[in-house]
Amino acid sequence: MRSGPPRAWAAGGAQSPMTKAAFIRICLLPLAVVVAAFFVLPMTRLVWIGASGRHGIAAYAAIVLEPRYAASLLDTVLLALATTVATLLIATVSGLFLQRRRFPGRALLVAMLTLPLAFPGVVIGFLIILLAGRQGLLGDITLALFGQKLVLAYSLAGLFLGYLYFSIPRVILTIMAAVEKLDPSLEEAARTLGAGSWAIHRDIILPALAPALIASGAIAFATAMGAFGTAFTLATDIDVLPMLIYTEFTLSANIATAAALSVGLGLVTWAILALARIYGGNTVAANG
Amino acid sequence: MSGHGVALRVIDCGKTFADGTRALAPVALEVGRGETAVLLGPSGCGKTTLLRIIAGLETPDPGGRVLFGDTDVTGVPIERRNVGMVFQSYALFPNMNVADNIGYGLKIRGVGEAERKTRVAALVALTGIEGLERRRVDQLSGGQRQRVALARAVVVQPSVLLLDEPLTALDAALRERLRGELNRLLRKLGITTIYVTHDQAEAMALGDRIVVMRKGEIAQIGTPRAVYFAPANKFVAEFVGAANLIEAACNGATLVLPGGTLPVANGAIHGQAIAMIRPEAIAIVPAESASLVGLVDSVSFLGDRQRVLISAAAAKVMTADVPNAIALAVGDRVGLAVEPAAIRLLPGDAT
Ligand SMILES: Nc1ncnc2c1ncn2[C@@H]1O[C@H](COP(=O)(O)OP(=O)(O)OP(=O)(O)O)[C@@H](O)[C@H]1O
Ligand SMILES: [Mg+2]
Repeated sequence: MRSGPPRAWAAGGAQSPMTKAAFIRICLLPLAVVVAAFFVLPMTRLVWIGASGRHGIAAYAAIVLEPRYAASLLDTVLLALATTVATLLIATVSGLFLQRRRFPGRALLVAMLTLPLAFPGVVIGFLIILLAGRQGLLGDITLALFGQKLVLAYSLAGLFLGYLYFSIPRVILTIMAAVEKLDPSLEEAARTLGAGSWAIHRDIILPALAPALIASGAIAFATAMGAFGTAFTLATDIDVLPMLIYTEFTLSANIATAAALSVGLGLVTWAILALARIYGGNTVAANG
Repeated sequence: MSGHGVALRVIDCGKTFADGTRALAPVALEVGRGETAVLLGPSGCGKTTLLRIIAGLETPDPGGRVLFGDTDVTGVPIERRNVGMVFQSYALFPNMNVADNIGYGLKIRGVGEAERKTRVAALVALTGIEGLERRRVDQLSGGQRQRVALARAVVVQPSVLLLDEPLTALDAALRERLRGELNRLLRKLGITTIYVTHDQAEAMALGDRIVVMRKGEIAQIGTPRAVYFAPANKFVAEFVGAANLIEAACNGATLVLPGGTLPVANGAIHGQAIAMIRPEAIAIVPAESASLVGLVDSVSFLGDRQRVLISAAAAKVMTADVPNAIALAVGDRVGLAVEPAAIRLLPGDAT
């Protein structure tokens, strides 16, 4: 392979400026098609539909002015934030442990943890009902212990559990991969300088994991903002934004509002992710 | 800030890893206060393992002990051993700038901000990296990183300073310059130092004593001169510098070779022997007046000297480093002279 015909190389070298530019243009073509077909055209249309209802452009204002919509938006953002923070906490601690310790049954445990990756949101909702629904395990236990049935499944708490269940495996895998890539000599250097376990985690490990935490946290957040299957199964008492969009769209045939809400959901998610990225980038830069 | 080192003693420290690899046979080593000992040996001979045992990053096999001064530190975790360590990769903290890297050990020890600043500044000046304090470590050159790593390790005034091939990652010219700087710095600091390298020139230049290692064992401990002029065995002779190892019969006073004889001074024996002669100990003389003659096989001009390969004198081709002014041509018949004291007879084993 290495000793390819030298003349071919020389010819390629002579033509390379032309060929390279053309090559890059050809490579960009699929991207351009995808951007146009799946992004620019539908999004423009969505934004336009959002403003095409009875209230015109005011449909967008309704997202924040109409109490029902505003409350739903706030609930959704708070739920997604809570899910993200809890997921990151749990996944970081468990990911560090799973990657660092070798114990019998570890491989099985990791495999088990990643099993929910395959489940659609509906199945996860179903699992939460089995756990904390009216006939659920939690209810039976609390009934036996306190004489009262605790039912979480259909509230914000149930959704929170479902979203956690959904996002933890994804984030754990990312964190485990990042932990594996940590340079052990950095920790050893810190230890020779007198740092204990706590200081090493604070000063060395967490800063090194920050990019992975930001990236996987962003995905967990976006997923929680847009999750529908779980919400559809569980959200009888609450209105998260994707559910609201669904009801506006199918039951009320209020297509303009549904579109406006969709655009709002996208913008809010995008804005919060951008903030996280800027803030995360800044902390890394400020430390470095 | 000099002279806060302690004497170091390693007693019967062996290491068998969990997978059964025996990286180190039980070895013993004593390093005096303020002394620099260099662990020298080929790749995989256990240098890093011994260094990590001293650091506390590995525990020795049962029975092994490590003493700092009169204190047994075998069971003391690394973070309380007060060692300074420079890693081959430098292991600088990427999330901290140069000053924060250097000051990290002081911060962990709870040294106040003002004192920390002065001590970091002193080390910055000592290692010659002024002006880089606010730099991110990924914006430093290899040589600068090396200095930061050294400054970070010594700012806490460690009892023992451990360096694992700190210059290997650098190019040859820089390596030579930093070697000189490092030498001056270690003398000035007066810290007990263990320095790992597989470069014998580095070992010669830096070590008060050299510990030559081979396959998990210590082959010889001695001053650079002792190791060079009086190697304990063939391995040391060949690993430290270039050497002609000549198998020849010895009749008590002279070596009998195919091309003649060479007088031997001390330790002469009767029977087969292995004689070690350094290339620079061989002088080219007129063939008529010499007891040993050979033929010039090749001449390589090295600038400051020339390296001549000579056949027919001994069973194997001999290497001689001679002054660059002597005119030699391939095929010349030359006489070889060697000071009797420069011939060292080695035990035949330990090939
Ligand atoms: N954690 C480990 N588990 C198993 N074997 C190991 C481990 N660390 C080192 N070894 C083995 O122990 C032997 C000595 O390794 P060591 O790192 O001490 O060599 P070294 O002299 O420092 O070599 P080099 O000059 O290449 O750095 C090698 O054969 C190595 O493969
Ligand atoms: Mg090594």
